[in-house]
Amino acid sequence: MRFRTKMRRWAGVALLALLVSVVLSACEKSPSVLDPAGPIATSEANIFWFILALSTFIFVVVTAVLLYSVFRFRERPGAAPPRQIHGNTRIEIAWTIAPSVILFIVLGITIGTMFALAQPADANTVRVRAVAHQWWWEFQYTAPNGQTVDVADELHMPVGTVVEISLFSDNVIHSMWVPELGGKTDVIPGHDNKMWLRADKAGRYRGECAEYCGTQHAHMDFVAVAEDRGTFQTWLTNEQATVQKPTDGTPDANALAIFQSAGCSGCHVINGISPANIRLIGPNLTHFGSRRLIAGGVLDNNPANLHQWILHAQQVKDGSDMPSFDGSVPTVNGGKALTSDQLDSLVNYLESLQ
Amino acid sequence: MAVGTVATRGRAARRRWSQTALGSWVTTADHKRIGIMYIYTGIFFFFIGGIEAALIRLQLARPDGTVLSPEAYDQVFTMHGTTMIFLFVMPTMAGFGNYLVPLMIGARDMAFPRLNALGYWLLFFGGLFLYSSFLFGAAPNAGWFSYAPLTEATPACLATQVGTLTAQQQAQLAANAAAAPGGIGCFGAGANMDFWIIGINLLGVASLVGALNFVVTILRMRAPGMTINRMPLFAWMTMITSFLLIFALPSLTVASVLLLFDRHLGTHFYQAGAGGDPLLWQHLFWSFGHPEVYVLILPAFGMVSEILPVFAGKPIFGYTFVAWSGVAIGFLSFTVWAHHMFAVGLPTIAQAFFASTTTMIAIPTAVKIFNWVATLYGGRLRFTTAMLFATGFIAMFLIGGLNGAALGVVPFDYQITDTYFVVSHIHYVLFGGAAMAIFGGVFYWFPKMSGRFLNETLGKVQFWLMLVGMNLAFFPMHILGLLGMPRRQYTYPPNLGWDGLNLTSSIGVAILIVAFLVFLFNYAKTMLTAPVNAPGDPWDAFTLEWATTSPPPAHNFDTIPVVRSRRPMWDQKHPELADWRTAVH
Repeated sequence: MRFRTKMRRWAGVALLALLVSVVLSACEKSPSVLDPAGPIATSEANIFWFILALSTFIFVVVTAVLLYSVFRFRERPGAAPPRQIHGNTRIEIAWTIAPSVILFIVLGITIGTMFALAQPADANTVRVRAVAHQWWWEFQYTAPNGQTVDVADELHMPVGTVVEISLFSDNVIHSMWVPELGGKTDVIPGHDNKMWLRADKAGRYRGECAEYCGTQHAHMDFVAVAEDRGTFQTWLTNEQATVQKPTDGTPDANALAIFQSAGCSGCHVINGISPANIRLIGPNLTHFGSRRLIAGGVLDNNPANLHQWILHAQQVKDGSDMPSFDGSVPTVNGGKALTSDQLDSLVNYLESLQ
Repeated sequence: MAVGTVATRGRAARRRWSQTALGSWVTTADHKRIGIMYIYTGIFFFFIGGIEAALIRLQLARPDGTVLSPEAYDQVFTMHGTTMIFLFVMPTMAGFGNYLVPLMIGARDMAFPRLNALGYWLLFFGGLFLYSSFLFGAAPNAGWFSYAPLTEATPACLATQVGTLTAQQQAQLAANAAAAPGGIGCFGAGANMDFWIIGINLLGVASLVGALNFVVTILRMRAPGMTINRMPLFAWMTMITSFLLIFALPSLTVASVLLLFDRHLGTHFYQAGAGGDPLLWQHLFWSFGHPEVYVLILPAFGMVSEILPVFAGKPIFGYTFVAWSGVAIGFLSFTVWAHHMFAVGLPTIAQAFFASTTTMIAIPTAVKIFNWVATLYGGRLRFTTAMLFATGFIAMFLIGGLNGAALGVVPFDYQITDTYFVVSHIHYVLFGGAAMAIFGGVFYWFPKMSGRFLNETLGKVQFWLMLVGMNLAFFPMHILGLLGMPRRQYTYPPNLGWDGLNLTSSIGVAILIVAFLVFLFNYAKTMLTAPVNAPGDPWDAFTLEWATTSPPPAHNFDTIPVVRSRRPMWDQKHPELADWRTAVH
């Protein structure tokens, strides 16, 4: 086959492969700004469609004139020198005023929408404190009885209700973002930033950190779980329950002994086991087994992943505060690796904390 | 003095080092040589920054990539941005400015030739210093914009920590920090950011002395008859850029020096809980950073405004409007900075103010685009490589301007700020804009600078590869941002609909690499084999740099030119149609 035809065929194959991969990937569920599940995201998506239409129109018009000029006024042999036009004040004024008018209309819509996105009043507003760590999200709820409920990686919210989120960081700047629910707000040390979200459709929506916050910024995800009001209340009530101290000699008691001796209790709290009213470095593990994501929203919560996380955290998430318990860190567990029995014991216990 | 002294008698035949080939370049104060050195240095760093871009795209081509560790990625993406902005665009623009401005205004050199040389060597050593950080494994790693408190060095940045750490926890954190190179979070005890601060300030001094030199040269050394309203638009844009640098660099200096103090002298300017505020960094930085982006693009506007008219065979349409819209952009650029901060929690009224100023700055930019298109309209267009780049610039910068205006629509910005949508914007304006203009300038002024022509066929191949490559590389990023992909992340998970788009983008960058290999080949072939035969005015152009030989003699012009209009060369070649007869300026 001639080289040119062969090259064309390979180019065609490559193009097809590319298109297929792009099309196929579009079938996957993206946390898309254009797939709004709440009023803020809907408003912001609508503004996007408007901007897109306007920009496309402007692009097409200007590029059409450009391309027309490129082809119509190409140098042809024997063509006369072009007219030496220096400008035209009237045209200049026209094409200064026209874009200005368009831009000011857009500005009006912009500012109007900004004010319209203020947090609405809602008698059932749920208030959450989002604490951004390096590199995981902690969410603190206040139960009706005043008790604080401390969870990680999952932001539960009742459908159709305003959730007011107070943003707190004691380390670096992060940014809280759930694309399908609304725009992001930065979490800035020393600042009392607040944002609100409302999901009008039940579902699980991907949340991300959207401000560069260090090496594992890419692995600081969470999920916004929008569920009907009853389910939410049940969840919150369940979260308030504390764990019973297990009887001596049971597998649970053995697991807790390892939890202490290996140093886990130095960073993690289990309500009912740990001393009351303390907050430590790592996530609260009281209802660990009921979570679907772990390790800062990076791994699905299952025994295999939990094994991997406890034993080799630094390989999963290099640089995180969770050490590897495989003997590679000298100050951890006396520098000894957890045995597989110890690991199984811990994993079973943690997954049992529903 | 027939005999000479004891000291010189034996050395009669030896030249001084400053008269050797190498020595004459190192000790030169000639604006043309300094300009050429700036351009070589800038293009060299373009390739380095390009390697960094290639590494990034290699890492991001597939989900859960393992090409770069997160620590390495953080250094690479930080240095990519820092290099492209401070070591490619700014020096290359300064280089063209240095070479061309005195020639364009009919002057013999810059106002302060030795200061000019100082500027170049500060750039050279500043760039070396910044890159020496890699030798210590401590290249800057907090982004080119270096937000505090990620850049802080002391554990005091944890002053707001809730509760006290137990001894066990402190030991744990210390062990983790020791195990993680470069530190975790604000444990930035490594020298990474110190390299950045000192490097940036060395480069800042270079830019500042260059800017002062340009302002004085342009205001005081124009040829007889060349009023401000008759000088080439590239000179206008260089002058405005210089004013921007003079007024914006102090913000960066202050911001970075305060950070240095925080890191080493125990101050707390950016540390919450000790009375400081991380947002102070952002306000100070963007007070520099926004004018800075106009520093990057205005000279490109100037280059395009020189190239288009020549190859259209007619004057720039609306010279006064193009010049004064540049001035408007210059002033307005100081009023928009917080549009980089719409998500930080500023009061809504403040955000509305910045949305308004951002809207206003779009107007003079639009006016320029219309004037460039009108320059082409009705012309007699010769599509040399330089003209292709200038025309491509219009289309690509238009896209960058439109998606930039979209970013100014605040509620939409809340969604796509800090995502790949912004990465798309910056690359359309900086690659499709500044870089395209620079390559247009290279092909246009190369014969003037060297007496040789770069190969036009290879140049056109390079242009088309760049046009296709950049759109493949950067257009999908609009979509990635809309599909929820944040920026500055060293990897991403599969099955979020991002895989194909990232792969496409990486393929685009691969095509760009081919384009630049073509350029390197073109350059080498030209310098090794092309004859030195370019005439003084190879393109049938309009401005004074073409009124002397290619390359010009050291003194530029044998006699001081006298001008009567904006296009002295046109007047000379077409006395009946001279501008001073037909247009009153």
